[in-house]
Amino acid sequence: MTFDWMKIPYALLTLFIVLNYGLLLTALIQKIGARAGRRHGIPIWQNYVDLLKNYALRTHITHGVMYYLGPVFRLSGGVGLLLFVPSIYGSEMFSNLSFAGDLILALYFIFFGTLGMALGAGESGHPHAAIGVSRGLSQVTAAELPLALAVFSVALQYQTLSVTDIVAAQQGGVAHWTVVTNPLAVAAAMLSFLGSMMRPPFDVVLAPQEIPIGPPTEYHSSYLALMQTNRAIFPVAKMVIYMNLFFGGATSWPVFFVKVFLLYLFSAFVGVVFPRFRVEQSIRWFLIWAVPIGIAAILIV
Amino acid sequence: MRDEDTLVRRVPVKDELKKRVVKGPDGLEFEVDPIQDYYCDARPEVRPGSYVRIVEDLFNWARSESLWILGFGTGCGAIEMRPLMTPRFDAYRYGIQWRPTPRQANLFVISGYLSVKTLKRAIRSYEQMQSPKYVVGLGSCTINGGMYWDSYNTIKKLDEYLPVDVYIAGCMPRPEALLAGFEELKRIIRAGKAEGANLYAQNFDWYKANQKRVIHDWDMPDYNW
Repeated sequence: MTFDWMKIPYALLTLFIVLNYGLLLTALIQKIGARAGRRHGIPIWQNYVDLLKNYALRTHITHGVMYYLGPVFRLSGGVGLLLFVPSIYGSEMFSNLSFAGDLILALYFIFFGTLGMALGAGESGHPHAAIGVSRGLSQVTAAELPLALAVFSVALQYQTLSVTDIVAAQQGGVAHWTVVTNPLAVAAAMLSFLGSMMRPPFDVVLAPQEIPIGPPTEYHSSYLALMQTNRAIFPVAKMVIYMNLFFGGATSWPVFFVKVFLLYLFSAFVGVVFPRFRVEQSIRWFLIWAVPIGIAAILIV
Repeated sequence: MRDEDTLVRRVPVKDELKKRVVKGPDGLEFEVDPIQDYYCDARPEVRPGSYVRIVEDLFNWARSESLWILGFGTGCGAIEMRPLMTPRFDAYRYGIQWRPTPRQANLFVISGYLSVKTLKRAIRSYEQMQSPKYVVGLGSCTINGGMYWDSYNTIKKLDEYLPVDVYIAGCMPRPEALLAGFEELKRIIRAGKAEGANLYAQNFDWYKANQKRVIHDWDMPDYNW
């Protein structure tokens, strides 16, 4: 097997573009959320300043090895998700390190960061972190079910586990997108999407007003900065998967930016309209509304 | 002249803080000393900034434009923070955000009078924050006691217990005054003069002596990260 070494700098270039896009996009979405509350919200470059500030703190303390590794796992979950999925269809430069079975790896990477964070936050020893982790794991597990069902449905539909092949099958206009050819799977996946974006009604994990601030309670300085970096990369990486599987992928960066923005806007829109679910409510909601749609999607395919 | 030591009233240690022997789930017995075991009590050290001037200036700029306030309201002044978060004044526009945990915050707003009981919590929260950290005294009560000047259980000069960077006078100061105070703090940070954490480390013994003079039930280590 030959490996084209040029892929590595190209993949890093993708990472760089996505990091900057993610930092600006999360700030923009926060501004949009603020406008819904009649505020102006943070400046668009605020995330950069926060990152720099956190890296520049002079003291930091640790609670042990896993505490160190938690943010590292989280970031590698986000970066890994991004690197093993093609971001621009048909571009040699931005196909990243995708390969034939990358869909399974992507599903794994979506969960990977959460698990790492659970171990790291658990070691910090703060009760709020432990509560946040238990809430987070149960909610993410419930939200992951419909996504897994939708992904299996799509894989059955196209008879492949390669994201590149799935995007290729959707080319040639909106009528070929999975959202038209397999609407049930997309519906299940979009409901699951809401659950993993840490926005209301599914933000009980962080819940700054009741368990300040959940898993990252003890995290600060560069640990927190690593997690903020992941907060910029991971949602975009996740939306790249959604875009590729369900919305025809992107053939250029402008299309990529617009599609990812609209996907993010969907969760932000739901977030400003609906109040927060308690964790048992959200699990019940996923099991009652999202999972049956996912099962139906598999049965119909 | 009063002898300060005669004023110290010793309070018995709380039960949950006493040394005790605990039996673990595997049957092993071990001794637990909560005050020693549950905290890190290393003394704070003076942390110099970056040696390269331009890097430190950049960092100071970032610190000034990203003020994370600890969400801890100590007195009635905390009520003035709410209009700052909400549409009327919207302090988020100026890079001022609220964090619920002292680990992530770097600005402590002592909002109004500080009773001795709250002072203890304020000191613990302040010491858990990461350097560089800033303190803003809000309202006249933090300057000279204000309307509580002859109260039996509030402190008068905040500066004797925590290193204050900016005072905002008034009773109460309006949110506009707070915003002006935060802008002043930003100017001080950018000038590299907001070194309260280092000041605290340098004069650690003096601050501790002041704190212990008013807090009689001192049942925590001298420095609890």
